[in-house]
Amino acid sequence: MIAPLRALTRPQGGIAGLWLILVIVAAVFAPLLTPYAYDIQNLPNAYQPASGAHWLGTDEFGRDLLTRLIYGARTSLSVSATAISISVLCGMVLGAAAAWFGGWLDRIVTMTVDLTWSFPEILIALILVAIIGPGTTGVMIAIAVAYLAQFTRLTRAQIMTLKGETFIEAARSLGAGNAHILFRHLLPNALAPVLVSAMLATGDAIILEATLGFFGLGAQPPVPSWGGMMSAGSALIFKAPWVIVFPGLAVAITVVAINLYGDALIAELDIRARLRRDA
Amino acid sequence: MLPWLVKRLLMLVPVFLAVSVVIFSILHFIPGDPIDNLLKIGSSPEARAEMEVRYGLDKPLPVQYGIWLGNVLQGDLGTAIVARRPVADLIAQALPHSLRLGGLALLFSTVVGVVLGVVAALNRDRWPDRAIMGGVLVGSTMPSFWLGLILILIFSVSLGWFPVSGARGWQSLVLPVLTIGLGGMALVARITRVSMIEASGRDFVTLLHAKGLSPLRIQLRHVLRHALIPVVTILALRIGWILGGAVTVEVVFARPGLGTLLIKSLSQHDYPVVQACLLMLAMAVMLGTLLGDILQALMDPRVRAALS
Amino acid sequence: MTALLDLQSVSVSIGKVALLDGISLSVARGQILGLVGESGSGKSLTAMAAMGLLPLIGGRVTQGAVRFDGQDMAAMTEAERRKLRGGRIGFVTQNPMTALDPVQRIGEQVDVVSRLHLGLDRKAARARTLDLLTQLRIPEAAAVAEAWPHQLSGGMKQRIVIAMALAGEPDLIIADEPTTALDVTVQAQIIQILGNLVREKGVALMLITHDMGVVAQICDRVAVLYGGRLAEEGAVAPIFAAPAHPYTSALIGCIPQEGMAKGALRGIPGAVPSALAFPTGCRFHPRCDRASELCRSTVPPTDPRGDGRVACHHPGALA
Repeated sequence: MIAPLRALTRPQGGIAGLWLILVIVAAVFAPLLTPYAYDIQNLPNAYQPASGAHWLGTDEFGRDLLTRLIYGARTSLSVSATAISISVLCGMVLGAAAAWFGGWLDRIVTMTVDLTWSFPEILIALILVAIIGPGTTGVMIAIAVAYLAQFTRLTRAQIMTLKGETFIEAARSLGAGNAHILFRHLLPNALAPVLVSAMLATGDAIILEATLGFFGLGAQPPVPSWGGMMSAGSALIFKAPWVIVFPGLAVAITVVAINLYGDALIAELDIRARLRRDA
Repeated sequence: MLPWLVKRLLMLVPVFLAVSVVIFSILHFIPGDPIDNLLKIGSSPEARAEMEVRYGLDKPLPVQYGIWLGNVLQGDLGTAIVARRPVADLIAQALPHSLRLGGLALLFSTVVGVVLGVVAALNRDRWPDRAIMGGVLVGSTMPSFWLGLILILIFSVSLGWFPVSGARGWQSLVLPVLTIGLGGMALVARITRVSMIEASGRDFVTLLHAKGLSPLRIQLRHVLRHALIPVVTILALRIGWILGGAVTVEVVFARPGLGTLLIKSLSQHDYPVVQACLLMLAMAVMLGTLLGDILQALMDPRVRAALS
Repeated sequence: MTALLDLQSVSVSIGKVALLDGISLSVARGQILGLVGESGSGKSLTAMAAMGLLPLIGGRVTQGAVRFDGQDMAAMTEAERRKLRGGRIGFVTQNPMTALDPVQRIGEQVDVVSRLHLGLDRKAARARTLDLLTQLRIPEAAAVAEAWPHQLSGGMKQRIVIAMALAGEPDLIIADEPTTALDVTVQAQIIQILGNLVREKGVALMLITHDMGVVAQICDRVAVLYGGRLAEEGAVAPIFAAPAHPYTSALIGCIPQEGMAKGALRGIPGAVPSALAFPTGCRFHPRCDRASELCRSTVPPTDPRGDGRVACHHPGALA
């Protein structure tokens, strides 16, 4: 666990890491940090621009925008992170199984992955949400499935290259079984690139979650999410542009931060070549 | 080359069948019965049954699929349940808008992306490189619908240069094309830069220098040619992504097109239209990969040799 | 004989790492200089320095001067240096397999040199290209000119690279291990082609190799590099008769002899030192059986010996 900390000592990684820590801490301690409630309407107070009382202004129901932004971070981050975690777990199992056992299993997995990979994630997610129904659960599953191909592909490629290496041959000649080699040797060695690309994908997932939210398919009101807030804000773009500007900035800055920190981590772990081979 | 092309086209057939099965079956898992939307409340079961027969929804799924596929291959995409018009008409109306938008966005992202990538690569690790790559990173992390709205806010609302929405005249295309194109541009610029830097390190480049060619000529006539091969390949693979971008952007700018049609039909559970939209997008993706393969063969004699 | 290419105690660094230390050598017209050493001894770097191509690999000359035909290359403009490269200085690379641009036809790659340096038009340049290919005994020159690099064999590609080096009517050819990547039979042909060029056209040739056999076969003079320094330099015959530097005699000992058992190739024990940690004193001392305390502490001076020079505290006697 040294590399993630060392990445913070790089100039870009440090600034980006600080922002991410700030957002995560804000999301976790949201009730302690915000003087307002995210869902109580105060109509006389609607459409206030930024002021001392409301740093980022208020929305069409007079709710404090900063409060909703911080609570929105809770939804957006947790949905994206959970979705990617599910995706990584399933992708690693599928990819490892395909690479390890080969044959028809590998062929089917590879074909399915190649097929879904060339379709934009937003389309896959849109259709899945249509099937499952709107709401955080639907979005989570949709995002998880949309990114499954990427992690399956990456894990499979990692295992394929590791499979031929001498230490695996050695373990096998010592009589280690399939499961032992797979879980003790192959997966741990494939872990670093997969985890880093999972982190970068979390950034994409935040955008995807926001897009689904924008279509009104994400967290349902009054629970705020960054995408949902922008969905409401798009109707107010002439009257109160700040309602849409700030959530979008939150998304953009957070995703930039994830990318910069991810770059620092890649440099720190020295795995650029392993990631690019499968890009 | 020709036998390869024929083989490559034949390979599209099973892919098309697989995609059509997926598209057809996925939609039948969508909860909510479109028939319910059509019937007046309190309609008789007979009226319902009659409706189901009319849309062929009473038959078993594999049979429905067979009928649907047969019709599709004859160019009959069915009748829209909500709009009560031939789906082919709706698609024919929407498709040109999306093609124009997607095509222009592709052109924009390729041209601007390659230029930025070249400038960044030529100034590697100096300020133009850092500025471009920083801008590219920021550009690729903004949700496209948000970027679209911000562009509207700046250029339509504040400056009044372009219309806020709609599809009248070339002015209405500028902001949507920019919105989709910026993401693609970021991707193209990144790949161009990396492949140019990678290609500059190859052996043959040293020999070009030893032949006395000017560095700029080496970069633009030789290194860039090599760098463009992966750019074209990846762009072709990502044509689907550009269309995906078109889906959201069409909605934001309230433009007619496949995206708006798809989103509207999804919310109305209008199966035949959704199926047709997805089929169009899938075909665009397949043709994109095909185009990528052909372009790669045209650009690289080694690939051509491997194919024939 | 006046030197065409003259390196005067040239030192080269890449970044902060000093790789060449005071190399002096020269080649005259009609002469073949063999530049010998194991990989990592600085041979290729010397070639890059001679062509003014060090910036390409992030290197620079920190001391000394590279003179071509009496002119200091550092004092030239980049445009003047570019005129030399491909024009008066032809270059033959190490690996013909990767030396040609894979997406350009062979003919165009040769044409460009004479168009650039001799000012020929398209047609005249192609005529010259075909002429050169024929001179290099390439069958069906016209067809080869229209071919893509991947359609040619390694030996054929190396002839193309030589044709490119000749197209600008050079006075000097620098050939960096031109045969390492080729089959043995093809190696002999390429070496013969290069040798004939010098005899027939009177160009100067700097032949970089790690094979003392090749040196004995065609070179007039030989310069032995070790760890970025010159170990020994002189006419080929006396050096082969009685090498002064222990490293030179070790290299000569590596030439396979007739009647030797298969697999009995002798290598030199020990490893080439890394530029990041050169040994103190004489850089060869950890691998040398003559090494003394003096060798470990003090850099040997370069002394004249016969018509050449040697840098060793305990040189072998003249024959």
